[in-house]
Amino acid sequence: MTRALAGAEVAAKIKGALPGAGVKGEGGTLWVEARDLFPVARYLKEEPGLAMDYLANLTAADYLDHFEVVYHFLSMQHNHSLVLKVRLEGRGELGVPSVTPLWKGADFQEREVYDLLGIAFSGHPNLKRILTWEGFPGHALRKDFV
Amino acid sequence: MEIAPLGGVPENFLELDRVEGEGVMALQERARAPIPDPAGWLEGEVPRGLLVTSLGAFLGWGRKFSVWPVSFGLACCAMEMVATAASRFDISRFGMEFFRASPRQADLMIVSGTLTWKMAPQLKRIYDQMPEPKWVVAMGQCATSGGPFAESYFVVPGVNRLVPVDVYVPGCPPRPEALLYGLMKLHEKIARENRALRRGP
Amino acid sequence: MAIRTEPIVLNMGPQHPSTHGVFRMRVTFDGEVIVGLDPVFGYLHRGIEKLAESRTYTQFIPLTDRLDYLASMSNNFAYCLAVERLAGIEVPERAEYIRVIMAEAMRISSHLMAVGFFLNDCGASVYTPLIYMYREREKLLDLFDMVSGQRLTYNYMRIGGVSHDLPPEFLPALRKFVREMPAFIDEYDQLLAENEVLLARTKGVGILPRELAINASASGPVLRASGVKWDLRRKDPYSIYSRFAFDIPTAETGDSYDRYWVRVQEMRQSVRILEQALAQIPEGPVRAEVPHLVRPPRGEVYSRIEAPKGELGFYIVSDGSVAPYRLHVRGPSFINLTALREMCLGWKLADAIAILGSLDIVMGEVDR
Repeated sequence: MTRALAGAEVAAKIKGALPGAGVKGEGGTLWVEARDLFPVARYLKEEPGLAMDYLANLTAADYLDHFEVVYHFLSMQHNHSLVLKVRLEGRGELGVPSVTPLWKGADFQEREVYDLLGIAFSGHPNLKRILTWEGFPGHALRKDFV
Repeated sequence: MEIAPLGGVPENFLELDRVEGEGVMALQERARAPIPDPAGWLEGEVPRGLLVTSLGAFLGWGRKFSVWPVSFGLACCAMEMVATAASRFDISRFGMEFFRASPRQADLMIVSGTLTWKMAPQLKRIYDQMPEPKWVVAMGQCATSGGPFAESYFVVPGVNRLVPVDVYVPGCPPRPEALLYGLMKLHEKIARENRALRRGP
Repeated sequence: MAIRTEPIVLNMGPQHPSTHGVFRMRVTFDGEVIVGLDPVFGYLHRGIEKLAESRTYTQFIPLTDRLDYLASMSNNFAYCLAVERLAGIEVPERAEYIRVIMAEAMRISSHLMAVGFFLNDCGASVYTPLIYMYREREKLLDLFDMVSGQRLTYNYMRIGGVSHDLPPEFLPALRKFVREMPAFIDEYDQLLAENEVLLARTKGVGILPRELAINASASGPVLRASGVKWDLRRKDPYSIYSRFAFDIPTAETGDSYDRYWVRVQEMRQSVRILEQALAQIPEGPVRAEVPHLVRPPRGEVYSRIEAPKGELGFYIVSDGSVAPYRLHVRGPSFINLTALREMCLGWKLADAIAILGSLDIVMGEVDR
């Protein structure tokens, strides 16, 4: 059975290795600040005890006053999983560092989130719309899209 | 003899995507109302003269037995179309032996599956490339009216917004028997309409 | 006197006989060798995730059918599992067995189509292997027709079980099918496993190395053909899969031939699971007592199954009302396409079609 890691213990481990990182563990979820996402993600991938080598799912949700970008990680060696979330306030220009350099599987999923929800990923090699066409008015999955 | 290279390997195609996007939006503007179905043959445009009548009937009889479809499978209905072409519900006993890949060699377009606005310019282009006489069968609910996705922001509510449709086959997806029934109705239509006198596309 | 050449960009457009639906590739060639590949999709984007926000949980089940339309009940299964996990609903025994029987039958049906279309792409003329596959698939479709009245998109599973019980003719017919299927797979293997043309076209072509497969989040037969023994039915068992004995076929190299071989072996294992399920199926109710309008409590869930194409996951956020607040479908075909560019570089035009065929994508899942 895949074991779901508790957010608090992973947060404690990360704070031990990267002091000053904006992480917080809550239930089964690890909350990370947007600016610290890339170093934390690299630590999760390279630390032998965690070894999150498989990115299962990357998506985002619109909660009217804030957005959440959700990452589901999985480790094939240890068979455990983790949920990581990044909270973005407001509805204007939203940006998150891209994790495509670490996990290639994030490539198309980040493009989809950009296309449908309007969250830009900095450092993505080819960030353009993927499911709708270039010049499509608006972002389709936002709650204020008609 | 030197052949000078014109450019390097294009990496991004962003400009091309933008131009295509504008094409889609222009088509969306033009396709606001459905095109009326070609049903003039029902009211009976009576052809004049014995020679023209016999010629029209003869041509209709000849055309209906070898209608070749162009393969335009979009989604789930395409699987039922392939099942119709397989050995259990053999479509080649009706003359539709081979689904042509090129529209220039086909006379029937079976639109099977959901048509989205992004795909709409390609549908129009394939339809325009088919030589006359040509017919269109809208297979399935998505091609008829948008189907279960009719309210979506991306789905064309019915293929008749873009091309005139001759036969609608309802179902989600229609069984192969239903598609064959629709095609037989199309054969009747081809035989009865006097194509030599039909005006317009 | 030198001849300098320039690369040519060829558009293998959305309407194409071998692209498995409306998939478009802009391929850059130097002569006939591929130096760049840009996939374009979205031609079948129906906005299912947006539609989910205005449908109740039960009304959304028919829309899940149309995601991977070659294995519709697997999508139903994944969605119902996700909602049941969120709402804490227990499923009765007989319903679990029926679901597993349907899921494995769907796996056989989907792999038959995958192998048939793959051979079609390799050039085994127009539709000949496909017609052979369809011969067996029609038997399965008759079984599903008996159960749900539909041949392709069934809408059979419900939240809390299945929609109604199996008719009495179903189980004997399924037993007959299970008895005859291994002979057909053997016949098929014999026709093709030593076929020179198939081996020349697919051995060593389009290799997906192990590290790239894991990094690019590949799943399903694509991942197992690259040497990673990862199957969700073993590693993270859902429903009652822990009660059945079956093997996980894994291959070493990760070329197109291995992906084809893994699918054929998986069909054999599915027949094994079907035999065991048929022997163990109990009597009982087929649906839990669930209110007509399901209102799961606030929260979110990510639940996944081993669909025939890979790891199919549903991420559902609920705010306590009758419709989901946000629903995301993790489509395996969409994510398996990430590695397509690396797999095709350096090969020729016809190989690109064969590699795409061996990946086995369904546009309903890619575009949603």
